[in-house]
This record gives sequence, structure tokens and C-alpha cells, in this order.
Amino acid sequence: MSEIVLEIKDLSTHFFTDRGEVPAIEQVSIRVHKGEVVGIVGESGCGKSVTSLSIMQLVPSPPGKIVSGEINFKGEDLAPASEKRMKKIRGNEISMIFQEPMTSLNPLFTIGNQMIEALRIHQKVSKKEAREKSIEMLKLVGIPRAESIIDEYPHQLSGGMRQRVMIAMSMSCNPELLIADEPTTALDVTIQAQILELMRKLNKEKDTAILLITHDLGVVADICDRVIVMYSGQVVEEGTKREVLKDPKHPYSKGLIRSIPKLHGREEKLYSIPGTVPKPKMDRIGCRFAPRCEFAFERCFKENPGLYPTGDGRSSRCFLYDKSEGDKKINAATNKEATIGG
Amino acid sequence: MEDWGDVMFAYIMRRLLMLIPVLLGMTLITFSIVHLIPGNPAQVILGETASAQAIADLEENMGLTEPYFVQYGIYLTDLLQGDLGTSLRSKSAISSEIWPYIAATFELTVFAMLFAIFIGVNAGIISAWKQNTWFDYLAMLIALIGVSMPVFWLALMEQWVFAQELGWLPAYGRQESRDPIAAITHFYVLDSLIHLDFDRTVTILKHLVLPSIALGTIPMAIIARMTRSSMLEVMKSDYIRTVRAKGSGQFLIIYKHALKNAMIPVLTVIGLQAGVLLGGAILTETIFSWPGIGRYVYEAISYRDYPVIQSGILVIAFIFVMINLIVDILYKKIDPRIKY
Repeated sequence: MSEIVLEIKDLSTHFFTDRGEVPAIEQVSIRVHKGEVVGIVGESGCGKSVTSLSIMQLVPSPPGKIVSGEINFKGEDLAPASEKRMKKIRGNEISMIFQEPMTSLNPLFTIGNQMIEALRIHQKVSKKEAREKSIEMLKLVGIPRAESIIDEYPHQLSGGMRQRVMIAMSMSCNPELLIADEPTTALDVTIQAQILELMRKLNKEKDTAILLITHDLGVVADICDRVIVMYSGQVVEEGTKREVLKDPKHPYSKGLIRSIPKLHGREEKLYSIPGTVPKPKMDRIGCRFAPRCEFAFERCFKENPGLYPTGDGRSSRCFLYDKSEGDKKINAATNKEATIGG
Repeated sequence: MEDWGDVMFAYIMRRLLMLIPVLLGMTLITFSIVHLIPGNPAQVILGETASAQAIADLEENMGLTEPYFVQYGIYLTDLLQGDLGTSLRSKSAISSEIWPYIAATFELTVFAMLFAIFIGVNAGIISAWKQNTWFDYLAMLIALIGVSMPVFWLALMEQWVFAQELGWLPAYGRQESRDPIAAITHFYVLDSLIHLDFDRTVTILKHLVLPSIALGTIPMAIIARMTRSSMLEVMKSDYIRTVRAKGSGQFLIIYKHALKNAMIPVLTVIGLQAGVLLGGAILTETIFSWPGIGRYVYEAISYRDYPVIQSGILVIAFIFVMINLIVDILYKKIDPRIKY
């Protein structure tokens, strides 16, 4: 593998609310290599967005605060970095695009004004050069009539176009890492495909690593190299796209994948994981997923599972893969799955 | 894309056309108010002892016996020719004597609003920026006191402290009455500058301080509170998060991106408050012996000088409408999404 761009180690971000401390993410570890597309998947409220905002130190504070862990970006730990340092990183070395293209651009300034600002914060360029560079970027992301669009206001563009503008703006300083927080969720399906294709293209051409936050396994299948599955503030499984989609290890990932509607096959009713995501609270004991898990046994409710290797370099946060449980459990689980009809 | 200047011009023309029914409605209301309230102007002019015949003759003479719509027609025709009627008291044309009063009120309102906007907007911004700090609490406490304080009380306190006790500032009038200015525009600050008489400018500005603060305090407090809540709302928006993610500094975020968005509702409040000041200056003008339109109308009311009351109300309403026109134009200037 090539060099590591971003390595998050045991990152915990908590929210200090009126009703006490709430752990939004706990001991999250993520690694992104140069030029790689890593997907983070999970349900709403599993901590995907908090993870991405933590990297940028954009978690609303108060109440949010990084309480422990490291965010190593090209050898520098960003977790304790000052606001001054972060300003130099944001938009320059790590940039970010968001879920809501309709509201992510300031409605009162032209596209050009906002793009030029992004460039001139980080680079010593004249207004004219910045404008030319912006037009070039708009063309790169496939915006027609870039020369006139640059003088238009966001409300004059469609959602897909605005997301393209956001991508153009975030890529204008050639960042090493692009964090995309559900970039296609608010767009319709055809536009979704175009935006994903565009991101893939930029990833290939500019060798920019992408950390893609999504709840859509279709998006993962489309462009990711590696996948991280999160559940209730924790990473529960990690592996390459093929491995996780074809052969999920953690019961939660298995459930997620079973709940995708299939084109072929005649299942009467679409599978869904029973229950709902638990509310995060401090000092929870037992596996977060145990109450909804069909393989859960006594130990799952009494101890917190670690990340256990499942062979071939992958890992899963599940006691089924703890060596001390022996092979019996794994076999039992596999058999059960077989009878369910996976 | 259309040329910006053309868009703006078309917009302003449309707004001006929309003013016509508003202005007509205004004249109808001022006309009605004066004719519906009891009291006979002919009686007032001739005094208590006048004979019934004399009153009837004068009514005939003044056109008061004509049907209302004819009277309204005459009134409108006169207005269009710039004729506001004749004061019953001074017997001179209102259009020739009303200007200095308008100028006095206008000058006071402008300074009061400058005070209100400058302090209010900045206090609001800093309060939002430093939310839940001592500055925020203090500024909002002052704003609360400012809103709840009666204007006449504040005015009297100012006079007592700054004029009476400390002697820093004059308590009455627009200028030193012993040494009046040779008025040109009747905006005294402007006049003194035209005369290049800067000592006088200072004197005139000193006279403006206390009444401006008295008049501007309530709008200042309202603007501060409005700016604060509007800023807090805007700071939570997605596009501010985008600006942060771009790496922009706090100053750029607040004074460029957030402020412009936050100003839209604040601008509405500023327009309305400017109108309130124009109409509500009577109390302040009375306390500070300010020869403005409020006092002009107030005195006219006590003399039942109907033409003056009518014209005064009309002029105040007209300025109010104009200020709101300016606010509408500023909206369009700030927010490209607005369409009419």
C-alpha cells in the first residue's frame, strides 16, 4: 500500500449537553492511504458525520469536544491543533463537501466571489488569476458556460450544479484529502451517478484521497476501495469493498447487506434489522448491537467487544471472532445463517 | 444574464408605480381623519362669539359646504400643484413655512438612526459572536432597559445629568438662540458646512447629541436584539459551515458572510423604526424645544389648525413611505433572490 495520508487513532468526540455527557463517537480508528477512496457507512446517528467534522475540527463547540485520540494527517496530529493551524489546513490540504448543496453556498454572493475567496485565503494569487483558476475548476467539474456561471448566484443553479460548484471549490487548492459527507443524498439518482463519477475522476486524475460518508451501500459499491462500517459511535467492521459487500463478518454488516432489495430472487418481504439504534450514553456495558443481534449470547451483554481479526487482515467488533470463544460459535453462526437462507 | 443596472432600474420603477395607490390612500385617510373629527374650523377662526351667519358665510367661503368628494378633489388638485393649503393661524401658505420643521425633524431622525444603527448592529454582532459571555449578558441587559425606558424620562435624565449637573452639552434647541445661522437648506449641519463655519458645526452637533440619544435608544435596543438573534440563526446555517470548511477566518465569516445575511430582517426593523421616529419625535421635540414637524403638528392640533394637521400627517406619512421604498431597494441590493 502507498503512504498513509490520514490515520485516526482511538478518536472519541463527546457532546456535553444539559442532560450530561454523550459520547458521539468512541475510539474510532480509520486509515486512509494516498489516492484511496474510503467509505464510512452506517445508519443515521452512528457517528459518521461527527467523525468527519472532528477531522476538520468543525464539530459545533460547545457542546462538542474531542476528548481523546489522535488525528494524524501527514505526520501531524490535528486533534490538539490550534484554530490558526486548522485554518491553514481547512480548504487547503483537507477540504469538505456536504449533504445539502441547496443550502451550502451563501445565497448572497456570486459563485465566483465564493470560489475566489477560497483560493485567495490559501494562495498568493491576484483576483484575476483566482478568477481564471476558478473558471478552470468549474470546467473541470463539467459545468457548461463556466465563464458566465461564475457571475451567477447559487439560486440560479440546480442542486446537481451546486454540488459540482462545491466540489470545484473544495478541489481548487488541490487538497490531499476530500471529505464528502453524504454528497449525493439530496440529489436524484441520475445526478447522483454523475457526481460519483466526477469524484472518481478527480480521485484518479489528481490522486486525491476521498473519505466518503454515506448510508447508501450502492454508493459504496460504486466508487469505494475500502469500507468502514460504523454502528452507534464505533467502528464495527473494516475491509475492502469486495470483502465487506460479499462476505460481511459483523452481524450488523450482514444485516445491512441483507436489507438491500435484490433485483433477482423472490423474497416476499424486504429484510430489516429489528429494533432501532440505541441512544448513545456514557459507560455502556455490552456490545452495542447485541439487543438487535440474532447471534447474541450471554457474553455480548456483559462485556464490551474489541476489534478481533477475522483473518485476511480484516477485523470485526464481535465476540464470534474472539479466538477464546473457539470455532464452535463461528460455525454455529455460519450454520444459522445458512438455514435462514442467506 | 441581464445587466445589473437594468434589473435595478426596472425594479425601482415598478416600486415607484406601486407607490401611487399607497399615496392616494394616504391622502384619502388624512382627508377623512380631519373631516370626521368634531370641531368646526370656521368657528375656531371666528372665535366663540361669532354669529351663526358669519360662520355660515365663512364655511361657504372655505368650501366646507361642498360635498366631501368635491372637497377631496380640490384637495388632491392642490396637492399635485404643491399647494398644501393655508395655515389658519399664521395665514401663510403651509408649503412655504413647513420646510424648516421637516428639515429639523429629518436631521434629528438621521442622527438618532445613525446612533441606533451603529451601536445596535455592532452590539448585536458582538453579542452573537461572544454568545453567553459577560459582554452578551451586559449588552442584552442594556438593550432590555433601553426598550423599556420611557423616552421622556430618559430625555429628562439626560438633561439633568449632562446639561444641568455636568454642563457638557446644551439641553435645548438646535443652536445658540443668540447667534442663529443663516439657513440655506435648514439642515443646520449641512448649512454650517456650506458656510465653512466649523465652530458652528461643532455647536450644532453638540445640540444634536442629547435628543438623538433620547430618540435613538429604543430603536438601538430593538436593532441590537434583532441583529443578535438574526446573527445566531445565520451562524448555524450550512453555508457558514462551508465558509469555515474553506478555511476562512472568523472576521470574514462574521462581517462578510453572516452579517449580510443577518441584515435582511434587521433592515426591515430599521425601516419601520425610522418611521416610528418620524412620527414619535413629538415628545422628544417638545422636551428639547426642537422646532420639528412633531411640534408643528402638535401646536396645530391645539389650535384646530386643520390644514396644518392634514399637511403634517401627510408629510410624515410620505417620508415613511419613502424610507420604506429605500429599504425595499436595499433589500434588492443585498438579496439577489428578491423578485417583484
